Amino acid sequence: MDPTDIARPDYFHKVVDCQWACPAHTPVPEYIRLIAAGRYGDAYIVNWRSNVFPGILGRTCDRPCEPACRRGRVEAGSPEHRKNASKPEPVAICRLKRVAADCKEDVRPRLLPRAAPRNGKRIALVGAGPAALTAARDLAPLGYECIVFDADPKAGGMMRSQIPKFRLPDRVIDEEVGYVLDQGIEFRGGARVDSLARLLAGDVGGRFDAVFVGSGAPRGRDLDIPGRREAAANIHIGIDWLSSVSFGHTTQIGRRVVVLGGGNTAMDCCRSSRRLGGEDVQVVVRSGFDEMKASPWEKEDAMHEGIPIHNYLVPLEFTHDRGKLTGVTFEKVTPRSDARGRRQLVPTGEPPVHFPCDDVLVAIGQENTFPWIERDLGLAFDDHGMPVVDRTTMASTLPAVFFGGDAAFGPKNIIWAVAHGHEAAISIDLRCRGESLSNRPPPHVNLLSQKMGIHEWSYDNAIHTDRRYRVPLKDTVIALKDIRAEVELGFDPRVAYAEAQRCLNCDVQTVFADRLCIECDACVDICPMDCITFTVNGNEADLRTRLSAPSSNAAQDLYVSVPVKTGRVMVKDEDVCLHCGLCAERCPTGAWDMQKFLLDVAHASDRLQPPQMATSHTGAASLAAD
Amino acid sequence: MTYLAKPKLHHPGLPKNALGYTRRDYEGAISTLCAGCGHDSISAAIIQAFFELDIAPHRVAKLSGIGCSSKTPTYFLGNSHGFNSVHGRMPSVLTGAALANRDLIYLGVSGDGDSASIGLGQFAHVLRRGVNMVYIVENNGVYGLTKGQFSATADRGSRSKRGAVNNDEPIDLVLLALALGATFVARGFSGDKTQLVPLIKAAVAHRGAAFIDVISPCVAFNNHPGSTKSYDYVREHNDAVNRLDFMPEREPIGVEYPEGGTRDVVLHDGGLLRLRKLDPDYDPSDKVRAMSFLEAHRARGEVVTGLLYLRPDSDDMHAALQTVDTPLNALSDSDLVPGNAALAGVNASLR
Repeated sequence: MDPTDIARPDYFHKVVDCQWACPAHTPVPEYIRLIAAGRYGDAYIVNWRSNVFPGILGRTCDRPCEPACRRGRVEAGSPEHRKNASKPEPVAICRLKRVAADCKEDVRPRLLPRAAPRNGKRIALVGAGPAALTAARDLAPLGYECIVFDADPKAGGMMRSQIPKFRLPDRVIDEEVGYVLDQGIEFRGGARVDSLARLLAGDVGGRFDAVFVGSGAPRGRDLDIPGRREAAANIHIGIDWLSSVSFGHTTQIGRRVVVLGGGNTAMDCCRSSRRLGGEDVQVVVRSGFDEMKASPWEKEDAMHEGIPIHNYLVPLEFTHDRGKLTGVTFEKVTPRSDARGRRQLVPTGEPPVHFPCDDVLVAIGQENTFPWIERDLGLAFDDHGMPVVDRTTMASTLPAVFFGGDAAFGPKNIIWAVAHGHEAAISIDLRCRGESLSNRPPPHVNLLSQKMGIHEWSYDNAIHTDRRYRVPLKDTVIALKDIRAEVELGFDPRVAYAEAQRCLNCDVQTVFADRLCIECDACVDICPMDCITFTVNGNEADLRTRLSAPSSNAAQDLYVSVPVKTGRVMVKDEDVCLHCGLCAERCPTGAWDMQKFLLDVAHASDRLQPPQMATSHTGAASLAAD
Repeated sequence: MTYLAKPKLHHPGLPKNALGYTRRDYEGAISTLCAGCGHDSISAAIIQAFFELDIAPHRVAKLSGIGCSSKTPTYFLGNSHGFNSVHGRMPSVLTGAALANRDLIYLGVSGDGDSASIGLGQFAHVLRRGVNMVYIVENNGVYGLTKGQFSATADRGSRSKRGAVNNDEPIDLVLLALALGATFVARGFSGDKTQLVPLIKAAVAHRGAAFIDVISPCVAFNNHPGSTKSYDYVREHNDAVNRLDFMPEREPIGVEYPEGGTRDVVLHDGGLLRLRKLDPDYDPSDKVRAMSFLEAHRARGEVVTGLLYLRPDSDDMHAALQTVDTPLNALSDSDLVPGNAALAGVNASLR
């Protein structure tokens, strides 16, 4: 293999699994250390820069970081966990983020608009969801006049309308949406944009230099089976119903409720029903339990509230009596692989089953819809009715129009919407300055030795063996009485500290200086995870068979040095490294060093005022191996 | 050294041996030796060897004297018996222990000061008695604990870290061991575990006195230009005469080597030693030729490593003393004190 080029930001970025997996590339270990240090405000700012909505995401994020977390992989080799037969689990990253938001001091002074004179450019943002708010937050400090339009009276988009209040209270939305709008952004609520042509023509709020479309995926998929029309009064589309509940228009539901669908919307529907009078609420899903789209923790939360989930049942018809819904009939199916190895659901041949109920909530998916975009403007749509959007620049085929969030590539989640918003803001800024959209700013990268003394590091390198801490929940009886009572109570600072200590500090990188190595094997001998091997070079597949420990995770890179004195190379398998720094402590020549890799993705707003990153330590001198 | 305890976590795919232990189960406390010490690599090789041999840690007794080397038994086989004895007196304590309980595996760990200076007499007698043991000298040529004075194994003409030249003849422990009747003699290098681990495994399987001299650079005081025990010097002058594969009896032997390039030796416990010759002239069964080979190479400044001498039909001290098969410490009072009638019988036989 060729020697690893650690100067390439992607190499060490990829080692920080959580940050790499995060669409907005939040520097996760950095803010977790700040939480452990009790510096909640600083932890909040690190988050706010990257993901704009730490308090909201700390409650509702899809957490792509957690399945990626190295902790889940290293615990698989823990004698402690084997003894207790407990499941290896990642750090509770998402809930730690909430701790930063819950425990922070008043950060308002630090979020004050960095007053830049207006630059004369005007940006229209359609939809006040996470994507548009992110784009506006990045653009406003540069002097852009940003105007956000939304059909709803309050800003927040799906965060406000579709996520039940018992998961995300209004005060959290108000606070964080407020931080954005306070940057000097104009919000026009109750102002649905119903024609892109008129917006572009300057007939809606004047002329704009660019338009950002963050209108979401607002249409819930319907289920067209017999009885749908006849029993329509008691059949509701999930997201519309949630929105109606959210704004207080709907305050009750029948005693017996069937929720159709296996995604997170279905989980929100069933749990909301339990709080609005539904005593017998059941979720019915076509697929198997494991194949359901809902996040595992959301399924757990639903079942915790006494809601059964029935799998492998396909709806056949809504039964009704004199215009009143009486139930739903389902066909039993079973999964089977067809000739091409694809899984299919085939009927078992058993008689259909009938679930009697008073109301049905249909939560079987969301669709995009753009009735307000005229098709003769030069904005191309694909065969599925989706706009053609560049995945890097978020640009549509119409030069001044950009997309983001669910409106761009179909339903995803908040954190993806935020990432889209950041990229769109960079594109809008480039366009307004007449630069090429491909001229994108590089990330800010910093690599700094953490060495403070012979055995002293500026990060806490001891490895804790605690298992993942559970977030305390409000008592179910009390929680079910009030749809606005938040169920999760969040970690208190003490538990947050203990959970934060489970983080392995994967951003503190093992950096190898081949010139200094005397091949004494000290690092090889001490490494608790057998990550390091000195061997003759070969291609990657071959090298992976010759390492100190089995190397089966090809998704994780090998760090390969240039040949050392004996002609061998140092190979480090990044897969399960604990970042404990023992290799560096044991190295007699300082050939290994622990260096903190801080990568901060570029945001449009950095152009005038480069980021001042809070760091998890102060005063560490650079003792890099050079 | 480090202040941090080695984390308990280990690689999820770490293999287990026949006893269900991983290699990590054979570790001891974390080393407090200098970072980069060759001794730590030897500890790692011992851990690997005992793991691969499927030896239950409680069946091993590790004994040592005084010095950096003699601290190391703390850092491996944490669940074995251990005895940290007086300076240079490990061989006597080991002999006594081996007499009392012949069922344990004895591992003596010593250094060049402990064995070639203060304990030279003890070293001689434990070998000539043929005590069934593995005797490892972690040989760095200096007194590391007292800041780097030459030890008795430092080569004539080599330089200390401060530049002083050593004018005394070195004691070559390998030649001495051959002369004193050790039946398994080898030399290894801490920086080459692929050679060292099979040597330790074969020494454990050998019955009788097995001696391994392991060159182990002292990073703090003897790893500079002018030293003949530095990583660089040993790597440049290492003349490995053979490579060893040790195969316990139950494993089928699958590897084939070119005709004439290998030699198989069956050990007492049925284990098989396969020697891959690197030097066609070297014959580890011929003690006389081995000694002259070693002397000639030493004169040229070369460090000969590998299995240097092996007597497969060796015997040990218990055979010479005709002791009973039951360990003495397991005999009952009536066996140990058979009474007046038995004494009378003995006396009568001597009249």
